[in-house]
Amino acid sequence: MKRLNTFRRILRTGMLNFVRNAWLAVAAIAIMTVTLTIILFSIVANATFANTIQQINDKINISVYLNDNVTDKQRTELTNQLKKLPNVRGVTYVSKQDALAKYRTDNANKQSLLQAISETGNPLPASLSIDPVDPTKIDVIKKFLDKPENKALQDPQAGTSYSGERKVAIDNISHATDILQQVGIVAVAIFAVISVLIIFNTIQMAIFNRRDELTIMRLLGATTWFIRGPFVVESVMHGVIAAVVSVALIRGVFVTASSALQASSLGLLDIGYSSQYFNDKFWKLLAMQLLIGIVIGAISSYIATRRYLKFKTSK
Amino acid sequence: MILLDRVTKVYNRKSTALDRISLHVEPKEFVIVVGQSGAGKTSLLRLLTREEKPTSGKIVIGGVDYDKLKDRDIPLLRRKIGVVFQDFKLLPNKNVFENVAFALEIVGMGNREIRHTVPRVLDIVNLKGKENSMPNELSGGERQRVAIARAIVRQPKILIADEPTGNLDPKNAWDVIRVLEKINRYGTTVLLTTHNQDIVNKLKRRVIVIEGGRVASDRANSEYHL
Repeated sequence: MKRLNTFRRILRTGMLNFVRNAWLAVAAIAIMTVTLTIILFSIVANATFANTIQQINDKINISVYLNDNVTDKQRTELTNQLKKLPNVRGVTYVSKQDALAKYRTDNANKQSLLQAISETGNPLPASLSIDPVDPTKIDVIKKFLDKPENKALQDPQAGTSYSGERKVAIDNISHATDILQQVGIVAVAIFAVISVLIIFNTIQMAIFNRRDELTIMRLLGATTWFIRGPFVVESVMHGVIAAVVSVALIRGVFVTASSALQASSLGLLDIGYSSQYFNDKFWKLLAMQLLIGIVIGAISSYIATRRYLKFKTSK
Repeated sequence: MILLDRVTKVYNRKSTALDRISLHVEPKEFVIVVGQSGAGKTSLLRLLTREEKPTSGKIVIGGVDYDKLKDRDIPLLRRKIGVVFQDFKLLPNKNVFENVAFALEIVGMGNREIRHTVPRVLDIVNLKGKENSMPNELSGGERQRVAIARAIVRQPKILIADEPTGNLDPKNAWDVIRVLEKINRYGTTVLLTTHNQDIVNKLKRRVIVIEGGRVASDRANSEYHL
């Protein structure tokens, strides 16, 4: 009962102080909003880039063209061995008939090509289509295919297709994402530190204004948490407000951007996906922002009050 | 109730505030500590409220041995001792009722009980009807009585009053002293410091004289002359 009374009083005092120190609150909320907005933007952008890369990755595969005289048994064995390689997600067999059918649909409007191919029987080789997990690291697969015993099974004229052009595109995007991630982390770190410092300062100013009151509270036997609690409540409230504002800001940006740009992409950033990701994960992102805001507020007020609440223990 | 055994407080090498002070105060006693400014009265009280630690020596109050007291238990100790200061130390933005209630809020008392307790204590210090006044609307004597109400509202066994009349004219000073006597009659040990000779000599209580950080004399029913 006593603890409950105290807890209620701490909450109430914290909220009262929040209202009384409205102008100090504005500074604290503003800087925290900037930090949280950067964090949120980084997360959404990161997810979007990951999605873009994944989309391209999914289209990438390695095609190994087989000799016409490879038996079913040899083919199955090769397939099984390939599946055991670390970077292989799946292997699909495309038979000569499948290849021909695909060729026909691909070139349905080129009568001369269709005619030429039906005259020669089926010149297209059967193939294994390998989906790599990470298309930037296909060296193991390549090495395996280049082994003489495996090379012997392959069509010497067709060679192996590694989807080379796409690989360059992927490398570019991965590179951009890496840089963006690093910049994002640095920016988040800098702004997190700045906001902790500003909140810290805000609270120290509030404490300084009320130092006589704190001394009296101490002399009357108030516990550390009875004095500190309201300050923590106050800055946690700053954090909560900043979190809500940051989510609203980012939402505003994506809604505006995706309607203005008709869900197109902004540079490398696929706004359509960003906006969809943001909407899908709205509650999770909001919860995360609230958590970060609360943690930043709580930590900075905890540290700010610590110095003033120490007992003099000098002898 | 209060036991000091060869308590020494040294702030730096040159000034010794208290030099091997030994005292024993019985429960329900009314003790006056006198001495000139700088004699060590305030240092002594600051040790009792654990605002400072002694350089050496032993302090036991209400059965609590200060050597064994942990920092986090200091608030609990202070709740058992009522303290009144020369400069009142009231919270300026709270009214009389709230100032007294604050001492109870600190210990987690419920609102209903607070509403019940505070008026009774304000009655003891003769401040009935002043509940809604702000401290700056009160006279010095009234403010000091608010401070006393705040100090006794938790029913401490010990009340320490550090020159409570220092800022008051004689009439207000006596009002405050009468309240302290009343509280003492109810069973609280009172430790009063003052350098008001008139008060000391009319009260006829135990007087401890401190000079140069030492106990110069300690007599019952005593008077004091500068």
